[in-house]
Amino acid sequence: MNIEDIKKPENIVYRKTPMLTDAVMHYCPGCSHGTVHKLIAEVIEEMGIQSETVGISPVGCSVFAYNYLDIDWQQAAHGRAPSLATAVKRLNPEKYVFTYQGDGDLASIGTAEIIHACSRGENIVVIFINNGIYGMTGGQMAPTTLLGMKTSTTPYGRDAKLNGFPLVIAPMVAQLDGTAFITRQAVHTAAAARKAKAAIRKAFEYSQKGIGLSFVEIVATCNSGWKLSPVQANKWMVENMFPKYPLGDIKDILKDK
Amino acid sequence: MAFKGAIEIDYNKCKGCSVCIANCPTNSISLSKLVNNKGYHYAEMTGEGCIGCSSCAVVCPDSVITVYRVKIQ
Repeated sequence: MNIEDIKKPENIVYRKTPMLTDAVMHYCPGCSHGTVHKLIAEVIEEMGIQSETVGISPVGCSVFAYNYLDIDWQQAAHGRAPSLATAVKRLNPEKYVFTYQGDGDLASIGTAEIIHACSRGENIVVIFINNGIYGMTGGQMAPTTLLGMKTSTTPYGRDAKLNGFPLVIAPMVAQLDGTAFITRQAVHTAAAARKAKAAIRKAFEYSQKGIGLSFVEIVATCNSGWKLSPVQANKWMVENMFPKYPLGDIKDILKDK
Repeated sequence: MAFKGAIEIDYNKCKGCSVCIANCPTNSISLSKLVNNKGYHYAEMTGEGCIGCSSCAVVCPDSVITVYRVKIQ
């Protein structure tokens, strides 16, 4: 069969979801943000909730998420996305509200906000992109940077005596009674991305049940910050990030009952 | 049952990150020798091996891949 015969509209099995705008993403080649944006867009399309979803964009590379997902957005001050999401959700309880935050936003300046939003059990979804570095500002050390990892502010590698230990957020918020679903996923392979999509969908469904906050951590790459090619960065992530941030569900109150 | 597939890439949006190439089970994608209008060597389908599994499209950060698939007896 000729390739041109296969390329017909009736044979399409995968296409770019219309929930994504036609804007070209400003992310570096191979950045995990693009994949995660797409997964969220696909979940919104599958659930048919485009007009009922409000996203809260953070400060960081993903601040421009509002240019790429064709839904309603608010933009929060640095780290304050969970607080803004609390307000949006309390004022519009029928809406699906999610925040999209990186590790420099959520795990550093916004630690207080995320802990208290989890503790209050707000019915929102938090998508946490953990790549262990401040990508936007030039690859500085983040709280989640691994020990020994070289960044522009730890050129000899992160040293526990000088810089402290990596902050592992997901198990920390799992201890709080206000959280319903905590999971950690990745998007480096097609299988991992499909699992991450299922987790995001579950988080959106849980957020409408009124049982607490759903938290999806995505272990991601920052190939520019890590100074690796996108494919090498994925490999480095599997070898180095996964031992410290293992994938899988950490808490699911409906399943654990 | 066997499948035969094809992919279509929006060349000018492709940034040539090669994540699709690493995820293709049949090695049917490679980087072009040509560059697109942003100067990136874009990904393109090569050969007849594509089975339309969508692995490339699922991991594509810029959502530039459309996948087609047909059943063949």
